[in-house]
Amino acid sequence: MNADQIIAQFRATGVQSCFHDRHINPQIYAGLNGSNWSLKDYEARGGYQALRKVLGKDGAPPDAETGVAGLTRDQVIATVKESALRGRGGAGFPTGLKWSFMPRQFPGQKYLVCNSDEGEPGTCKDRDILMHNPHIVIEGMVIAAYAMGISVGYNYIHGEIFEEYERFEAALEEARAAGYLGDAVLGSEFNFELHAFHGFGAYICGEETALLESLEGKKGQPRFKPPFPASFGLYGKPTTINNTETFAAVPWIIRNGGQAYLECGKPNNGGTKIYSVSGDVNLPGNYEVPMGTPFAKLLELAGGVRTGRTLKAVIPGGSSAPVLPAHIMMDVTMDYDSIAKAGSMLGSGAVIVMDDSRCMVESLKRLSYFYMHESCGQCTPCREGTGWLWRLVDKIQRGVATPADMALLDNVAENIMGRTICALGDAAAMPVRAMIKHFRPEFEAMIKSDAPTAA
Amino acid sequence: MSADAVTTMTLSDATQARFAREVVKYPADQKQSAVMACLSIVQQEQGHVSRAAEQAVADYLGMPAIAVYEITTFYNMYNQRPVGKFKLNVCTNLPCQLRDGQKALHYLERKLGIAMGGTTADGLFTLQQSECLGACADSPVMLVNDRHMCSFMSDDKLDQLIDGLKATEGKA
Repeated sequence: MNADQIIAQFRATGVQSCFHDRHINPQIYAGLNGSNWSLKDYEARGGYQALRKVLGKDGAPPDAETGVAGLTRDQVIATVKESALRGRGGAGFPTGLKWSFMPRQFPGQKYLVCNSDEGEPGTCKDRDILMHNPHIVIEGMVIAAYAMGISVGYNYIHGEIFEEYERFEAALEEARAAGYLGDAVLGSEFNFELHAFHGFGAYICGEETALLESLEGKKGQPRFKPPFPASFGLYGKPTTINNTETFAAVPWIIRNGGQAYLECGKPNNGGTKIYSVSGDVNLPGNYEVPMGTPFAKLLELAGGVRTGRTLKAVIPGGSSAPVLPAHIMMDVTMDYDSIAKAGSMLGSGAVIVMDDSRCMVESLKRLSYFYMHESCGQCTPCREGTGWLWRLVDKIQRGVATPADMALLDNVAENIMGRTICALGDAAAMPVRAMIKHFRPEFEAMIKSDAPTAA
Repeated sequence: MSADAVTTMTLSDATQARFAREVVKYPADQKQSAVMACLSIVQQEQGHVSRAAEQAVADYLGMPAIAVYEITTFYNMYNQRPVGKFKLNVCTNLPCQLRDGQKALHYLERKLGIAMGGTTADGLFTLQQSECLGACADSPVMLVNDRHMCSFMSDDKLDQLIDGLKATEGKA
């Protein structure tokens, strides 16, 4: 055996995390078994029917009033607005509204970008979509491109998931050969070319303007906003950027209607959402459930808290989201509004579960190290502040901090918030403030008891 | 010539063909967009990205060498120096820390007799801690040579993988 075969053995023995029957009414992961990713399998699941419907190639009679077959751009955007689909990457911005921001009559090139730079600790949902259902992303992107009059798109894929990048490239080849991409898509007058791009290890490139810089072949340092990408995006041209899961939701919405999508979630929180459940549960993995599903139900699907332990805390939306203690978490439903009301955010849908054996100081120390490591260095409060945060938490964890260090930690976090170009500064500060807010006694217990109280 | 003067290197036809497949994705006046892909191709073929390789990529794409250097220094996965034949990146970020990611790293440190960041004396393995690989539910996870994600790497499986790789290299 050669080295590649040996490595392949270990890949094959891994259990992919979305193949289980513990989803609830799945739309994106429905019917996947790990080997049915290809075009013919996707078509057998009803794939590309939404695109045919949009382009009037599904055999349906033309509209009685207008005599036009298919959907107009405005109809597509109206349907997505009606669905209440919100961005699945973290910010939760209404997708239809974002699409309506793209200038209609712009005389030059416009771009569509898919953000598959999935690096928010705890998040691994897009990886499974790209690997096991890549065509659903392609179909969603083609429909989005049609709605916004865009002819070129890129999918920016996290550098660490190279096998998924290769899978997506293979799916693109299939889609081109079948006429779903390229000139005159399905014989219509609409052209759309789509390419895959891979990163190479930079968390910051998940930030949309850093991603654009990276896509232009530069360091991934975020841009000032405004101007927003809709007016000044890739190569300075109008650009729309959505998350992988957001695009993947679009075909179902077009096939079944915006209202149907909204109804399977809850008002203002349409559709299903994929949650990556990690940490101290018996069955970590990706779970697709309707928006508004109680956290308790999601925890049950994931096999409950690690056997013999009880729930201590949950970070409900990726490592940047404020931590919530168990008693608050057990009362929330998993949707943007409920989690925001509880004092955190749904973010990317990464649910990091911690049981009663966990030390919050040690957990925060690891997260603070991450933000220090990944700060792009552009803004002083973030570049310097993330280092201060890590050093202070490290000091507390090693038992050599004074009470003044505790106050300083709070102060540094407060002074990073809102003072940087992008959200990484806030993302580093928010976990610190939430950990102190909910678990202050744990931190104070590690402060040197014989230290003087003043600095 | 001084020791640190940067020379260029010749790119093989096969390498240039791989570069060309990346360049064609972008507008003709935006070839620089292919720089990250070209550098990862160089790394796959040569194990690391030397300054001479950076110069060759810069020449190929028509961009300044310093702009290429900015890329190799900014993105975590580029090896600016030679590494072991197998680069092992173990994720230890919080979700993985909760599921034995750090334990896997320490196990490998003991097994290979090197500290994190080091390379074994036989040049076979380089061991690195890494930030989120985006496979949190599969922890412990390890990325081998930038392109192969290995999931659920218990101590037993780490043994099998490392011992298997050593055997293929005749160093078991």
